[in-house]
Amino acid sequence: MTTTNNSRSLVVIQLAGANDPLNTVVPYTDGHYYDFRPNVGIPTDQVIPIDGRFAFNPNMAPIKALWDEGKVAVVNGIGYPNPNRSHFRSMDIWHTCEPEKVATEGWLGRVIRDLDPQGRNVITGVNFGRGLPRSMGAPGVPVASVGNLETYGLFPDVEEERIRGLCLDAFGKMYGGAIQDAVMDYLGQTGRDALKGADILRTAPENYSSTVEYADNPISQALKNAAQVMTADLGTRIYYTQHGSFDTHGDEVKVHGGLWNQVSGAVSDFMADLEEHGKADDAIVLIWTEFGRRIRDNGSGTDHGSGGTAFIIGNQVNGGFYGEYPSLAERDQLDGDLHFNNDFRSTYSTIADQWLGLDPAPIVNGQFEQWDFIRN
Amino acid sequence: MSNADIALMAHLMRRAGFGASRDELEQRVARGYENVVEDLVNPGTPNAMPDDVIRRYHVDMAEMRELNSAGAYWIYRMVTTDNPLEEKMALFWHSLFATGYSKLNQARALMNQIDTFRRHSMGSFHTMLVELSRDPAMIIWLDNNDNHKDDINENYGRELLELFSMGIGNYTEDDVKECARAFTGWTLGNAEYMATRASRDSIWPYSRIAWHFQYRDHDHDDGEKTFLGHTGNFNGEDIINIIVQQEATARFVSTRLFQFFAADEVDAAGEAVIEQMMATYFASNYEIRSVLRTLFNSDYFKSEAARFARVKGPVELVVGAVRLAGTYQEPTFGADQLARYTLYMGQGIFQPPSVEGWHEGSEWIDSGALVERVNFVGKELGDPSNPGVKALIDRMSAGVERPLSAEEQVDACADLLGPMQLSSATRTSLSEFAGEQGEADLRAGTRTEADDQRIANLLRLLTATREYQLA
Repeated sequence: MTTTNNSRSLVVIQLAGANDPLNTVVPYTDGHYYDFRPNVGIPTDQVIPIDGRFAFNPNMAPIKALWDEGKVAVVNGIGYPNPNRSHFRSMDIWHTCEPEKVATEGWLGRVIRDLDPQGRNVITGVNFGRGLPRSMGAPGVPVASVGNLETYGLFPDVEEERIRGLCLDAFGKMYGGAIQDAVMDYLGQTGRDALKGADILRTAPENYSSTVEYADNPISQALKNAAQVMTADLGTRIYYTQHGSFDTHGDEVKVHGGLWNQVSGAVSDFMADLEEHGKADDAIVLIWTEFGRRIRDNGSGTDHGSGGTAFIIGNQVNGGFYGEYPSLAERDQLDGDLHFNNDFRSTYSTIADQWLGLDPAPIVNGQFEQWDFIRN
Repeated sequence: MSNADIALMAHLMRRAGFGASRDELEQRVARGYENVVEDLVNPGTPNAMPDDVIRRYHVDMAEMRELNSAGAYWIYRMVTTDNPLEEKMALFWHSLFATGYSKLNQARALMNQIDTFRRHSMGSFHTMLVELSRDPAMIIWLDNNDNHKDDINENYGRELLELFSMGIGNYTEDDVKECARAFTGWTLGNAEYMATRASRDSIWPYSRIAWHFQYRDHDHDDGEKTFLGHTGNFNGEDIINIIVQQEATARFVSTRLFQFFAADEVDAAGEAVIEQMMATYFASNYEIRSVLRTLFNSDYFKSEAARFARVKGPVELVVGAVRLAGTYQEPTFGADQLARYTLYMGQGIFQPPSVEGWHEGSEWIDSGALVERVNFVGKELGDPSNPGVKALIDRMSAGVERPLSAEEQVDACADLLGPMQLSSATRTSLSEFAGEQGEADLRAGTRTEADDQRIANLLRLLTATREYQLA
């Protein structure tokens, strides 16, 4: 196992709703693709070729630029045995690494606990969005969920600055002090953690400046907030956000393309921003989705399938294809879907072990073969 | 009408309902505690927001295929009903028989399940278990559609004993198998097709499916079974007959009700109340209404020890704040957000983390959830233009003859929000805040919007306290 590098961080982007792998990394010279996708196929002359077999979606030019620099690993055919095509159940499986039974502890919650066993830093994990993603939930692990960094914290609705300051002061006092009652004591600690996390996070935007101009869409703003926290050196190691909806049962070419346009631009801007602040060697980005989509289109979109695509992006990533691109031939399909050929927990294990220096087995619930997409 | 009577009634209404305004508390005190308990356990017409009104303004709540639409529809009902205990009991059963959207992709089926829970919420536990076993959402959730005559699936049979009625340690693995055998053939119409749909489709564009229970005699194992020492050619109802007679079942149901309504932790005095509830359970033929009556009328429940001994769950917190603020009494733009807020706080309606339901008590609280709780309730009660907040300040203003001191403001607010019991440290911090903020002059003629806003700010801060997190 490699040693823990305390400056390394992981940025996770969940493509909610199930991204269509076939229109992301397009098998543009495979006749099957155009046979099965008469309405939702991307014409050969529009794709961005990678090699003689595969091409990126036309909206992924910024990702292609990173690919050309060798910073993009694409894991094809990723999934898990007996794929479940329900969004929620499949997301749960990716969140908890438990495909057999319904589990509650998230894999990133375990990562955060291993990175900071004493819970010294209340913002080791930060989610940019509302509500805790199940990946990050684990008993006793503090995680901040930030809707918008500029307004994050307690009492955001109090418009008058002086009153808000008084409220925060009072809150600090009311949650301080020892009380001889376990529940009140626990509430006090949690309240102080929340206040402290907000106090620390609030400093991030103030000290941040950059020449990178992020687009005005949710994923760009979330990654901008992540860059603000990362460049402020607050000790945050795990960043999480999601974007969607990729549930493109209809009007897929337009909707899916638009979403990838946003994600590609956001990731590219984020990497440039980190580069500008000397942080680009310290972060990798993982992009995942709960499952793939059907090979055959439904007329204007695609229904739920299996076998997906994940991305790992960063300076410290060995770019290239990992996993086999599943065959589209009818005889190789799994009930009309792409056949997965590598377990998502292999990708998680690689990141936990080779990037974060943690023992991966308890984090992903088992031993899984690792990839070599992390540079050593 | 004594302060003690008001405080006791406030306690009952926090537990058997979602809290109450001072006007409501006074009316109920006038009616008498035991009469109010009877009113609560014998609900009349709910007078909740009518379906046709909801549907006119929220098209998405007509079919309720979507999670937040269905969640908001239920919250509307909780916010506007005259029968708060009925909704609280539906929430109790949802927590106990926790069924999740994740496997169903069908919120309508879950809302139908809630309707069943409400219909039988305080009736016979026997009937409840039979209805639960026939519920399509439950059948899919715990795979009873895969429980066949010659190929049993134990999932439902096991959880019926472990999580829904007796608790682990009161039966053997053989009992689980025999129980599962008895429930073979309990499935839903067109089960094979519906199960495929549930596992493959999202809510759109399919899934307009009306699930219903079906008993398939040809798929039922009618052979002899031995269950908990009884032998016979048992079917599912026979198994439930045996289950409800068990002392373990009486203890399980009574304890869960105690923890939901009386206190998160069971101490020795609480144990004695549970024994009384168990006796009532048998004496009343397993009637939940009677068991609740025993609990609410017990000295323990009415005692100081039971006050503020529970951490409010997210749904009761949100509904309580909205009811007090007087908002969402009519169809309101953004109502679907209410269901999202409970999710942000850790209790997504129809999204229990697993079949075991939510981990309650202190586990409701983590730093992210606490921020959401404080901010949501603060927004509802910190706005003096909300009707309930205005009414509260009006009440506080009645008859005042001089500007209220900081301490008087704090005490008046704490009184009308509960009455709440504040620690002296909390009261001091709040008084300092009120002092810094400035005088509130609520005398008729001199009362201004600024005075109202100052009181509302104080209400906001009171709902941010540790004390407010407890019910």
